[in-house]
Amino acid sequence: MNPLKWAFVEPFYKLIIGEDRKGQVNLLVKSIGLPIAGLLAFLIIWQGVSSHIHTSLGQFPGPVQTYQQFVALSDEADAAAEKEAAFYQRQEERNAARMAKDPNYEPRVRDYVGPPTFFDQIWRSLVTVMSGFVLASIIAIPIGIVIGLSSNAYAAFNPLIQIFKPVSPLAWLPLVTMVVSAVYVSDDPMFDKAFLNSMFTVLLCCLWPTIINTAAGVATVTQDLKNVSQVLNLSWWTHVRKIVLPCSIPMMFTGLRISLGIAWMVLIAAEMLAQNPGLGKFVWDEFQNGSSDSLGRIMVAVLVIGVVGFVLDRGMLTIQRLVSWDKSVALR
Amino acid sequence: MSESHLELTRVGIEFPTPKGPFRALTDVNLKIEQGEFISLIGHSGCGKSTVLNIVAGLYQATEGGVLLDGKEVNSPGPERAVVFQNHSLLPWLTAYENVELAVDQVFKKTKSAAEKKEWIEYNLKLVHMDHAMHKRPDEISGGMKQRVGIARALAMQPEIMLMDEPFGALDALTRAHLQDSLMEIQKDLNNTVIMITHDVDEAVLLSDRIVMMTNGPAATIGEILKVDLPHPRDRLALADDPTYNHYRSEVLRFLYEKQRKVEH
Ligand SMILES: Nc1ncnc2c1ncn2[C@@H]1O[C@H](COP(=O)(O)OP(=O)(O)O)[C@@H](O)[C@H]1O
Ligand SMILES: [Mg+2]
Repeated sequence: MNPLKWAFVEPFYKLIIGEDRKGQVNLLVKSIGLPIAGLLAFLIIWQGVSSHIHTSLGQFPGPVQTYQQFVALSDEADAAAEKEAAFYQRQEERNAARMAKDPNYEPRVRDYVGPPTFFDQIWRSLVTVMSGFVLASIIAIPIGIVIGLSSNAYAAFNPLIQIFKPVSPLAWLPLVTMVVSAVYVSDDPMFDKAFLNSMFTVLLCCLWPTIINTAAGVATVTQDLKNVSQVLNLSWWTHVRKIVLPCSIPMMFTGLRISLGIAWMVLIAAEMLAQNPGLGKFVWDEFQNGSSDSLGRIMVAVLVIGVVGFVLDRGMLTIQRLVSWDKSVALR
Repeated sequence: MSESHLELTRVGIEFPTPKGPFRALTDVNLKIEQGEFISLIGHSGCGKSTVLNIVAGLYQATEGGVLLDGKEVNSPGPERAVVFQNHSLLPWLTAYENVELAVDQVFKKTKSAAEKKEWIEYNLKLVHMDHAMHKRPDEISGGMKQRVGIARALAMQPEIMLMDEPFGALDALTRAHLQDSLMEIQKDLNNTVIMITHDVDEAVLLSDRIVMMTNGPAATIGEILKVDLPHPRDRLALADDPTYNHYRSEVLRFLYEKQRKVEH
């Protein structure tokens, strides 16, 4: 592979081989230097401001305290992992010993149950948000295509979409909770109710941008392309598959990206209220906990939420770039 | 009376508009034989595309009708392939895939995968696009896109090719190239072609008959000029040919004397 193809490597490579030194240095300053400068300025201001805010839980955490809490949370996670490993080892040894005594003994294997660590909770949040988002997309894309294709369906659906789009997750959650409790009755539930509550709330909030943008994407199918399809006598299904879908993919992904962003924001609020294990519950628990470390831990969570949100968005952007045929559109 | 290949009988059309119905065409009568090359010429807005769209089945005539081999035309179909003015290629597909879409549809059951591939490549070769088969529309020039559009139409093995100003957006040199290619292909395959054009030279050079339309609204066929020049035709040799120039001035006279466009 041509290393010059990687935009990131290019300026360094050119610098080494001595091509356009001045331009490359400028480029590096702009693409690496300035973001670092912005970050440093933020840290300094954060430090300065936080030292002047005194709360009932002590001083507002600055960058240093936040970092310390991050280290503490990592250590706790490591300790928990060790405990879990030790638990399984003990269990195995115990079972082996019993088996040695009594060959007919059925070994009992129990799962380790410990309090979720911070990183477990990040993972839980990711699982919840992705479940809600994927389900919402599976529902929203076909609806978007249908209402994009038919102006009658559009006229029928549009008022509903416009009404439900601005509804806050906090309004949906109680309803979702009641419905899930009423409908999802099972002795051996596959899913936790708290998980379902947060997931459906996420789903309800991130349907709309995908529907709207998919429909708008379908509307970009020009009369020319419709004529091509008609002259070829394409069936409805082939028309959708070969012409409508590819044509609407750029807009569809714009919608999916907005939806995923909303999903992540909604999730934190939903987890707080639904008490679903995850970052939102972590923040809430720390808040209720009210120890002197709490604010620092919440700050860690805030930063992690931001970073995860950013990574999710970049991930969607990368997929969007890969599947988008319209390379003339600058995606950022 | 022997039946013509394509027959337009008393075709008229009225478009519903917010300001009431708009009559675009009245009483269009035309008979076309198999293998004929027909040009439609007329001032812009007179209704040429509308005629073509009615033959294609994309528009429904309000009165009269179109018969293809004695059967009434009322919906689009691949036996009446259209080369659109602005190529209308699917931008996310390569040249090959664009032709493939048509071939897959038309020869779904009659050609094997290998035969289809060969047929797609054959048609792209015919329009001299075999070197850029796997490029997408945004990677090729306007003339090349138009060639792919023609290849797509040819690959459908249509009974009639309908071309709406196929070379309108191209520079003179590219246009001349494509006209020569089209003449060659048409004489080889003996396709029936209806082509809309703005260009008097193009009309005389390519056509067996030139159908000249009156100005709209309620446009109809003004005159039909039979071009009796032997094939193959050579643009350079014809430049000084008195017969050629006679036809040329006939068309010009129709357009700029009899149907002078009144500018409002
Ligand atoms: N779908 C339509 N609805 C209303 N008016 C139309 C429609 N298509 C064409 N027209 C009108 O019919 C007339 C002829 O149009 P057209 O056939 O496109 O002209 P040409 O191709 O000769 O330039 C124009 O006045 C145009 O505005
Ligand atoms: Mg036209």
